[in-house]
Amino acid sequence: MMTTYQEFIQQNEGRDGVRFSWNLWPSSRLEATRLVVPVSCLFTPLKERPNLPPVQYEPVLCSRANCKAVLNPLCQVDFRAKIWACNFCFQRNPFPPSYAGISEVNQPAELMPQFSTIEYIVQRGPQAPLIFLYVVDTCLEEEDLQALKESLQMSLSLLPPNALVGLITFGRMVQVHELSCEGIAKSYVFRGTKDLTSKQIQEMLGLTKPAASGQQGRPPAPQDGAASCRFLQPVQKVDMNLTDLLGELQRDPWPVPQGKRPLRSTGVALSVAVGLLEGTFPNTGARVMLFIGGPPTQGPGMVVGDELKTPIRSWHDIQKDNARHLKKATKYYEALANRSAVNGHSIDIYACALDQTGLLEMKCLSNLTGGHIVMGDSFNTSLFKQTFQRVFSKDYNGDFRMAFGGVLEVKTSRELKICGAIGPCVSLNSKGSCVSENEMGIGGTSQWKVCSLNPSTTLGFYFEVVNQHNAPVPQGGRGAIQFVTQYQHSNTQRRIRVTTIARNWADAQSQIQHIESSFDQEAAAVLMARLGVFRAESEEGPDVLRWLDRQLIRLCQKFGQFNKEDPTSFKLSESLSLYPQFMFHLRRSPFLQVFNNSPDESSYYRHHFVRQDLTQSLIMIQPILYSYSFYGPPEPVLLDSSSILPDRILLMDTFFQLVIYHGETIAQWRKAGYQDMAEHEIFKLLLQAPLDDAQEILQTRFPMPRYIDTEHGGSQARFLLSKVNPSQTHNNLYAWGQETGAPILTDDVSLQVFMDHLKKLAVSSSA
Amino acid sequence: PHSSQPPVSTAYSAAPPPSYTQAPPPPVSSAPSQPPPPSGPAASQQYYGSPPPPSQQPFNSSLPPTSQQQFTSSSVPPPPSQQTLPPSSYSGPVPPPSQAPAPPVSLPQPAFAAGPPPTAPVSFPPRAPPPSSQPGSFPPPGPPPTSAPSCQYPGPMPPQQQPPPSQPFPYHSGPPPPRAQMPPTSMAQSNHLPPGPQGPPGPPGPLQQPPSQPGMPAGYPPQQNGAFGQVRGPQPGYAGPYPGQPNYGAPAPAPAPAPPAQKRLDPDAIPSPIQVIEDDKAKSTEPFTTGVRGQAPPLVTTTFQVKDQGNASPRFVRCTAYNMPCTADMAKQSQVPLAAVVKPLATLPPDETPPYLVDHGEGGPIRCNRCKAYMCPYMQFIEGGRRFQCGFCSCVTEVPPHYFQHLDHTGKRVDCYDRPELSLGSYEFLATVDYCKNNKLPQPPAFIFLIDVSYNAVKSGMVNIVCQELKTLLDYLPRENPEMESAVRVGFVTYNKVLHFYNVKSSLAQPQMLVVSDVSDMFVPLLDGFLVNVNESRLVIESLLDQIPEMFADTRETETVFGPVIQAGLEALKAADCAGKLFVFHTSLPIAEAPGKLKNREDKKLIGTDKEKSLFQPQVGFYNTLAKECVAQGCCVDLFLFPNQYVDVATLGVVPVSTGGSVYKYTYFQAQSDQERFLNDLRRDVQKLVGFDAVMRVRTSTGIRATDFFGSFFMSNTTDVELAGLDCDKAITVEFKHDDKLSEETGALMQCAVLYTSCSGQRRLRIHNMAVNCCSQLADLYRNCETDTIINFFSKYAFRGVLNNPTKAVRDTLVNQCAQILACYRKNCASPSSAGQLILPECMKLLPVYLNCVLKSDVLLPGADVSLDDRAYLRQLISCMDVAETHVFFYPRLLPLVRPRTQHRSLLDEEGRLFVCFMWAAASKRKGSCCICSFTSSACCQPVHYYQHCSVQPDENKSA
Repeated sequence: MMTTYQEFIQQNEGRDGVRFSWNLWPSSRLEATRLVVPVSCLFTPLKERPNLPPVQYEPVLCSRANCKAVLNPLCQVDFRAKIWACNFCFQRNPFPPSYAGISEVNQPAELMPQFSTIEYIVQRGPQAPLIFLYVVDTCLEEEDLQALKESLQMSLSLLPPNALVGLITFGRMVQVHELSCEGIAKSYVFRGTKDLTSKQIQEMLGLTKPAASGQQGRPPAPQDGAASCRFLQPVQKVDMNLTDLLGELQRDPWPVPQGKRPLRSTGVALSVAVGLLEGTFPNTGARVMLFIGGPPTQGPGMVVGDELKTPIRSWHDIQKDNARHLKKATKYYEALANRSAVNGHSIDIYACALDQTGLLEMKCLSNLTGGHIVMGDSFNTSLFKQTFQRVFSKDYNGDFRMAFGGVLEVKTSRELKICGAIGPCVSLNSKGSCVSENEMGIGGTSQWKVCSLNPSTTLGFYFEVVNQHNAPVPQGGRGAIQFVTQYQHSNTQRRIRVTTIARNWADAQSQIQHIESSFDQEAAAVLMARLGVFRAESEEGPDVLRWLDRQLIRLCQKFGQFNKEDPTSFKLSESLSLYPQFMFHLRRSPFLQVFNNSPDESSYYRHHFVRQDLTQSLIMIQPILYSYSFYGPPEPVLLDSSSILPDRILLMDTFFQLVIYHGETIAQWRKAGYQDMAEHEIFKLLLQAPLDDAQEILQTRFPMPRYIDTEHGGSQARFLLSKVNPSQTHNNLYAWGQETGAPILTDDVSLQVFMDHLKKLAVSSSA
Repeated sequence: PHSSQPPVSTAYSAAPPPSYTQAPPPPVSSAPSQPPPPSGPAASQQYYGSPPPPSQQPFNSSLPPTSQQQFTSSSVPPPPSQQTLPPSSYSGPVPPPSQAPAPPVSLPQPAFAAGPPPTAPVSFPPRAPPPSSQPGSFPPPGPPPTSAPSCQYPGPMPPQQQPPPSQPFPYHSGPPPPRAQMPPTSMAQSNHLPPGPQGPPGPPGPLQQPPSQPGMPAGYPPQQNGAFGQVRGPQPGYAGPYPGQPNYGAPAPAPAPAPPAQKRLDPDAIPSPIQVIEDDKAKSTEPFTTGVRGQAPPLVTTTFQVKDQGNASPRFVRCTAYNMPCTADMAKQSQVPLAAVVKPLATLPPDETPPYLVDHGEGGPIRCNRCKAYMCPYMQFIEGGRRFQCGFCSCVTEVPPHYFQHLDHTGKRVDCYDRPELSLGSYEFLATVDYCKNNKLPQPPAFIFLIDVSYNAVKSGMVNIVCQELKTLLDYLPRENPEMESAVRVGFVTYNKVLHFYNVKSSLAQPQMLVVSDVSDMFVPLLDGFLVNVNESRLVIESLLDQIPEMFADTRETETVFGPVIQAGLEALKAADCAGKLFVFHTSLPIAEAPGKLKNREDKKLIGTDKEKSLFQPQVGFYNTLAKECVAQGCCVDLFLFPNQYVDVATLGVVPVSTGGSVYKYTYFQAQSDQERFLNDLRRDVQKLVGFDAVMRVRTSTGIRATDFFGSFFMSNTTDVELAGLDCDKAITVEFKHDDKLSEETGALMQCAVLYTSCSGQRRLRIHNMAVNCCSQLADLYRNCETDTIINFFSKYAFRGVLNNPTKAVRDTLVNQCAQILACYRKNCASPSSAGQLILPECMKLLPVYLNCVLKSDVLLPGADVSLDDRAYLRQLISCMDVAETHVFFYPRLLPLVRPRTQHRSLLDEEGRLFVCFMWAAASKRKGSCCICSFTSSACCQPVHYYQHCSVQPDENKSA
């Protein structure tokens, strides 16, 4: 049975990009609630499907106005009558004339079961070029600015030739560069302290015909070229010009007095960028790429004052309600993010600085618009350079791995309602019959806008079973969900991808075993984690942890086998066996723990956590640890302090960091230079093995992880020590009296202690 | 009386124009009419019989004429320079005038009414009336009452007298004393009251006796009689040189004869400005040494060398009086303004040493503890040199050890002649950081060029010319040491409805343009790269200046902003934390939506009404506030206007005028014809030496106090004159008032200290010290005053007055004061003379003439074709002129131009000379002398365009 489910899950994930927490759905609302983990799924809308060529026609829609579901393999078809029944609303629809030749042996692709996911190319409307608007901070160190300029110049060669590109630079002032002029380089300057409306910005830029503020459904047509094109030009036309311009870019020329931070008008710069695009290219795929080397220090959106003696807010300040600018700045950036999202423009943030740069306040810019956030120490690091390059990576077809202006709609069969989504999206406030009043994540809608998508962008969707207990679903009935994703492909085509999935209903009372075995603990862990992270954005950390614990205990009570008040008797079936461990690590993860992380780092980690696919998310929750030794091939080992042995090399992947840790003995050998001696060739190979594996990960991951090469006693070993389960600490080391492993100097509880408590609570009748 | 008023106006209007035109044709018969305007002034100057009256406003017209006529005749010989006058004066005039007087006497009013013609004659008689006032004057206050003199007139007097009594009333009642005669009245006002009582005695008796007695009783009798008697002696002495001089001596006698005598007035006895000028030139052969207190320097028209021996050179300071009355009463009685015209950074001729720079070390300049006066020759060292007593406040201050020096047997410091501050009138101190803004040594200043690139500016060629010229001009930025590179940095901005800043950093291959459209809230978009060193960024700047005209060649933008332009420059200086100067090249009324936006409010209907003054006031308060900010930053604004229509100079000029800047105006600018004139102005303006962020403080010895200041500056309190910029052409007129008695022994001291930042960025104090004598005899005052300086004061006073008063009231005030001055003289200093005799002090014999010129200036009495902008422009122009400039401005030099071509014979006089009037005009201040030279030396020189007041038509002029 288990194997079946695992295969089923994998097969589904491979075909549809969907992982459900439960693969059998409880047939009533009551039962569903008792399962603790909601019916929910991780969905990767643009999962790469090399074997799925898009079809060149438009989808057939259900004719019921409030349904509009797409014809899919679950629909019942009357080939003779040329009629199909919508499986969501049961409306009977005639096939359009072009389907006249349809028959049982001649079926269109969308009716075949293997095309539960299918992609349509829509041939309507003018094709809009992609737009890339660079917004560059010039308050950088010379070296950083130089590196950034080079990266930007390089990026011009990666852009599609017909893409429009624009440049805004800012420091104390904000400059919008005109790219079309000959001779004197011309730019429009805005004061960095003044918040301007979109209309004012467009007037000041001389965009004589400011477009009516973007509205939904407006055809993505560029406004008349002349005006807008002064600032946004096709790369092929201006790349020389722009390369020179970037080359001549000076550091912000305003002197920075001793004891002050440079004045950085990030807020106004973004406002101008958003205003410019809003006025010229509403509802067209565009990326605003913001490069910053420090926090906004003036004007709207200011995060910290320019006095160096006032440090930027920490979690401590925030908890004490002592972060002066936090609320105002956050509100400001949220407003910008929403405007940008409405127009389908996404905003990337590339923040490279040793200190915080205000990501906490600005995160919504990317979170709501599907933009990237990349955080590094300097623009002159391979972390930034390669990550930035990877933004422009291409797929097997030679198309950019990015899509724009996605609108994702979810349709459910009547027993289900949609509660919400968690991911890089904004609500489109589309109320419908399938929208639940019970919100989880971004709810209250059945449509979300995802301004920018890539093949790994994954959203979590949460559902509610609304079927009443006394109205059983007919035996063998299936619930269905349809995801309809409309987007602008990077080759500027409009496309629609439709995924329709179905799961069987099961009566929880009679079939609880089946339901239990249909549990996808990995997906469930990630989905619950997303809920936790989502809550953490608005709630106090301890509350979130308590909530998570509560959920875990209830789940264990529901599915554990135990005798009351006897912790030792507690057992979990295989399908749930790993779940508590995930929760243990999740509790320790930077997504929920802010200790030792700056607010920016927390925002950064959370940003990536809510958009990566299941595999990556799991790595984030529970890092992977590989051990390399002379005793055998590399093997995954427990993420536990006992795995830290003197004669091992460890490779830990936390998604954000890649740590290679040389055990004490290995480190000594390495220091002694054995690897350079011919007779110790094998040692050299051993040293090399984790490097090669790390390289493989570095090559593919976005954003590129921080690469750390350390050893026993090294200061950077903390990255490893903070992640492993502290099974041996200074508190119990001597009690255990073991020589293996490395004690961790922490008061954190170990997994063992955690499990003991969990069992105790689960079997307690009072809990 | 009623008639008198009208006459006044009529006289003026009628007179002036006619005078000019008529002048040439020396109408013999109509002499009376002719006399009025042009010649009038000149003539009046002479003590002509009617003298006193002439001074009076209404009369001016009338009086002058008379005098003119007569004078003309007399002056003819010398005055060839005065074109009009001479002719008129000739044959015809003389007789008529005399006649005129007679009739007038009887028909004074009609005469006035009649206007010009009668005026001349009339004037005399009418003046007689003034005598009436005389009586009054005597009584209490007004010994000075000019009227007194008039009394002297024999014939006319009687008749007039009667009217006079009535007249006084009118005066009293109405400020607008209609009477031409009234002049005295005005003065009388103070006097008037008294006149009432005395009136009776005055008129009859006074006539003959009045002079002596009336005055006498008042309390100054001794002066008059005593002094006078003696004075006479001296007067004649003075007189010697000029034909005019005789007046003094001669007139007195002449008057006796009574009206008829007037007729016979010897034309040769009339003072002529030219004669006075020439004579002073002849007299001043020796270098002028400033060591002697109370010595009046040669006239501004004279070339002379100055040796500083303890008082400031007249090039820096000129006073109205070098012998101040000891008491406030005397000063009030005489009505002679006590003022000094200070030109702190004046350029000296090459043969004179510029002020030495003194460094008193870290402690800064040594100053009096109490009044803070700076160390100067007036400080008395005592106690063996351990302390010094302040000459201004008498406070005793310790001499700091490092400054100690022993005294010699005369009580002088041994090092007296080694130290400029102990032996010279003018010198500079190096200021310490305490004297700097924010206690920080200043940065070198910056020049920012802000060029209008709207349609009109481009089309007229202005943009192109400016850009071309700047390329070379930038090599001539002011510097103190010609060997050194100028420390001044430059920046460039162009604008129409929005502003374009330019980054011309030396490291750039091409300049970069930064557009600022947010004019409602101006800011500077960049710092580094905006203000640059010319040599370092030469290539980029040249490239920029080449490209600006191209970039905007096809512009269609016609609207401009103005307020934000100045704000931009100001912000740039603020950002760079330095002082500096903005050169704004502007074309049109700023009507684009922005702070400081203006409306067209030109309304000629207001002229002559009580609301006329509003036309001189700024239409919005924005620029006043802005000016204040500019001054605080040391941001001086020079405005070059190229208007094709009304631009509201009165408003646009607020900032330049308040910041020590200049306004230049080129109406209907055409590149071809106006280029030279503009470029000359621009070149001089850019190159001239200038100081920034200046504060001037005038300290005086006990007894007098500087009470009022006139010039281009800003004052936030009553003592400190703040000048964002102060260049070598700017003069400030300071008025003094008594607040106590002065002593003849110590005289009156003044110290003018100007703290400024030099163009190399050095903070300095320039000190000018001036000591004048004090007198208890009015005669001494009259003997040691300077008419040119008085006119400078009067003109500035009047031109400021039009801001708040109807122009007519301003004119009346001037006339009255002049009359009172002369009346006081007549009453207190002159020996008795005939009632119709105008008595002019030697030093003031040109006062009536010059004053008439002031009265007829476009500001006070505009012609029909004078635009509001022109008037506002002239009004502001005068405010910072020094004495030499006001002199030329108000009394334009008329030069003979050697005949160029025969076909223009019609323009030539019988001697083959073409008379060209050179008007010291609008734009090119310094060009005055140059142009004159070229006219005299070469007939083919570029014609001058200042024909506003020329009697020769421009076209003809050009053809010359």
